Amino acid sequence: MEIKSEATAGTLESSDAQVTIEPSDGGIYFELSSSVMNQYGRQIRNVVLETLKNLEVESAKIKVVDRGALDSTIKARVECAVFRSSGWEGAIPWRGLVK
Amino acid sequence: MKNAVGRDIPDLLLQDGRSVFRGSNFMDGCIYTKPGPTVRAAVKPQASKVLENIRTAINRCGLKNGMTVSFHHHFRDGDYIVNMVMREIEAMGIGDITIAASSLGDAHDPVAAMIERGVVTGIQTSGIRGKIGDAVSNGSLKNIAILRSHGGRVRAIERGEVHIDVAFIGAPTSDEYGNARGKGGKSDCGVLSYSVADARYADHVVVITDTLVPFPNLPPSIDGVDVDYVVVVDEIGDPARIASQALRVTQDPRDLMMAENCARVMASTPYFKDGFSFQSGAGGPSLAVNRFLESMMVERGIKMQWALGGITKPTVDLLNKGLINCVVDTQDFDAAAVCSVHNHPRHYEISTSQYANPMNKGAFVNKLDFVVLAALEIDVDFNVNVVTGSDGVLRGAPGGHPDAASGAKCTIIVTPLVRGRIPTVCDRVVTVTTPGESIDVLVTDYGIAVNPARQDLVSAITSAGIPITAVEVLKERAYSIVGVPDDVEFGDRVVAVMEARDGTLLDVVRQVKKFE
Amino acid sequence: MSRDVKKRLRRTMLFLNAQRPSLMKDAYVYAPDSVIFDLEDAVAENQKDAARFSLYNNLRSIDYGEVERIVRVNGLDTPHWVEDIRASVAGGADGIRIPKCERARDVRRIEEAIESAERAFSRKPGSTLIMAAIESPRGVLNALEICESSERLFGVALSGGDFRAAMQTKYYPSGVEMAAARGNVLIAARASGVQCFDTVFTNIDDIEGFKSEVIMNREMGFDGKSVVNPRQIAIVHEIFTPGEREIREAERVVTALSENANDGVGVFLVDGKMVDIAFLAGARRTLALARAGGVYKGDL
Repeated sequence: MEIKSEATAGTLESSDAQVTIEPSDGGIYFELSSSVMNQYGRQIRNVVLETLKNLEVESAKIKVVDRGALDSTIKARVECAVFRSSGWEGAIPWRGLVK
Repeated sequence: MKNAVGRDIPDLLLQDGRSVFRGSNFMDGCIYTKPGPTVRAAVKPQASKVLENIRTAINRCGLKNGMTVSFHHHFRDGDYIVNMVMREIEAMGIGDITIAASSLGDAHDPVAAMIERGVVTGIQTSGIRGKIGDAVSNGSLKNIAILRSHGGRVRAIERGEVHIDVAFIGAPTSDEYGNARGKGGKSDCGVLSYSVADARYADHVVVITDTLVPFPNLPPSIDGVDVDYVVVVDEIGDPARIASQALRVTQDPRDLMMAENCARVMASTPYFKDGFSFQSGAGGPSLAVNRFLESMMVERGIKMQWALGGITKPTVDLLNKGLINCVVDTQDFDAAAVCSVHNHPRHYEISTSQYANPMNKGAFVNKLDFVVLAALEIDVDFNVNVVTGSDGVLRGAPGGHPDAASGAKCTIIVTPLVRGRIPTVCDRVVTVTTPGESIDVLVTDYGIAVNPARQDLVSAITSAGIPITAVEVLKERAYSIVGVPDDVEFGDRVVAVMEARDGTLLDVVRQVKKFE
Repeated sequence: MSRDVKKRLRRTMLFLNAQRPSLMKDAYVYAPDSVIFDLEDAVAENQKDAARFSLYNNLRSIDYGEVERIVRVNGLDTPHWVEDIRASVAGGADGIRIPKCERARDVRRIEEAIESAERAFSRKPGSTLIMAAIESPRGVLNALEICESSERLFGVALSGGDFRAAMQTKYYPSGVEMAAARGNVLIAARASGVQCFDTVFTNIDDIEGFKSEVIMNREMGFDGKSVVNPRQIAIVHEIFTPGEREIREAERVVTALSENANDGVGVFLVDGKMVDIAFLAGARRTLALARAGGVYKGDL
């Protein structure tokens, strides 16, 4: 999918994550701040990058402000931000692009 | 050398008579001599103890580089005394000071900068938070900090393991002769339990008050016979932060569910009978237990003989309803508790030595039936951490946790299985503050586990129809929800030691590494 | 354990905002019989997409154990409901709650969308159940056709908010304002053999008011109640748990029926009362309620 414009999804509430995505000049740039950085920073990074890969996003700047979200929430927020940014209209490819 | 909770204590620390933790009752029968302070006689009947300011008091006490000063934390987040005194000490060019406080909190953030500047080189405390916690965890403190339980702190004083050169005691009221009380004045904190040992064992004692009352201020918590000087200042604290006006009992459904289950566990044990005794922590779910206990006590037609510890409104309410015979108080958390200790004839103030010193001969905690406590982490050996965050940074307080846990016949930890994404029930706590042998039951929102050492409780609880599970199962459940956390990385340097109640070494806290 | 999922116990159905991870992540700890992930009223218009992604991932990855997972989709008068259903079915929801249902045709439109989603996402045809919320005077009057509209429909829920407004009234502790609607919807549900759930009680601090409403619900014959706060769950379960005498009676009915069925006897006496096969369902339900309430350990 193509990142066309800046888009945000999620909140800064406890157990949530706020994901902001914008176009980059090539490649994935990842930035994370998290309340559980030491224990889960590595896993959050893996989830974000894997989600982008599944969505076939090859170029993006993505920033995640995590408030102790579970992996499923991080994935949901990344997906929502990507779809918003891509200007997708029509049915969401559940069980397809959206794993 | 490995200790009884499996923690490796570096040999370097095992000097000057220090040894590793060998079990809660290992020091039973140990013989020791109490130290005596070196004091200055105040013979002249007409001499005044009242000094114009703190600087004069520091001068008169002869405070020098390398000495130890002490403080109490009855003013909690509203305390002005520590900063006021430490600023003066720094301004006078004195440094290399050790602070021996009953606890340090967010109110004392300015001390962190004094650590960086070398004004403060030692910290001994039962609680460490905010910027001081960061500074110590980052390795900025020159000496190794010493963390002790409330009872452990008094033990260290009464055995001479820490010698206090000058005790600065903030007091809501004092007379000109230093008879000081926690009651009355502008910064009413109810009791002065934490300062009693300081007053008796420090070489110099300075009472700082904002409300000088006519002599005699009776009955005193701090006896004028121990006091060298009295200093009157404008404000010793922020009343709004000393005692919360109304500590609202939690409405969080999860806390309430755990509190109710905790009360059911209590009611299933043989200790839940007329005349039982109880202490609860001040955290949300622990506090809410009182509410459910009330209906269970009424239902069974039984009463509590005494409640102990830091006191809050729910306990006072039960006292006033006649469901508790007497309240034994070491700290007041809200306005209701302060008011009650002033007015209720069966609400008593005791010293922290009476409360919890494991090496005196009459600690009240030893007579407890139940205590309900919180935890930042608890591991599969039931060891509890209440002092380091799961990121390894110092930000908590052993406080009376290890004392009450060790003393009570039934010690219950109430905690959610997961906080945010952090698993509370884990393989291995970052720091052991309370050994697992002291913990009997764990109540979480995902189930209840009983320490296998307490098969009597296992059968009592299960025969009441309350389902229990293994602590390992709870841990697995936690990890299945949040994922297995990466180990926190520490540097080699030990920045703090966690003493067991008896002064042996329970654990060490190492310098934290920044995550990359 | 009820083998028929349509008839499983649903004493409590807990509403959860599908846009709030802190609520969704483990509401099963409160042990409601069902949860209702809400994509409708709780979610702001510009967050409908975000809530769907949350819902889908939550359904896919969080183990709710025995707790039934239902999704309240947006109304048929919105542009959202088809995608809501696709996300729910793809995620594996147990059922769909239709808001503001007024006629059988509403149920059939939802059913068609579910069927197509089940095909698209390779879910077992017919596995996604339906419940219909009746929120208007017309819905109440059409309750019977709604109850009989679909094989997938396991029950109907009365929803008081809009209904009271439409009836020019408001909440009264006596329940008089909802009496006719409760009666009508219940009778329709019973006539067509589906379950019936009462409306939410929104003042969570009024414990006594809540209790008396739940007692009334039980006495009227409701199967359960929608709840808005976890604190309400234990109260409903306690009130719906049968007493010792009811349990013993039900046990005797079940035992006697199975014994007599073997002997080919149709009607017989239990404790001096005439009993036949028509009593079996009620007795079994009593035992199921008792088991769920933790007061019955038997295996009948």
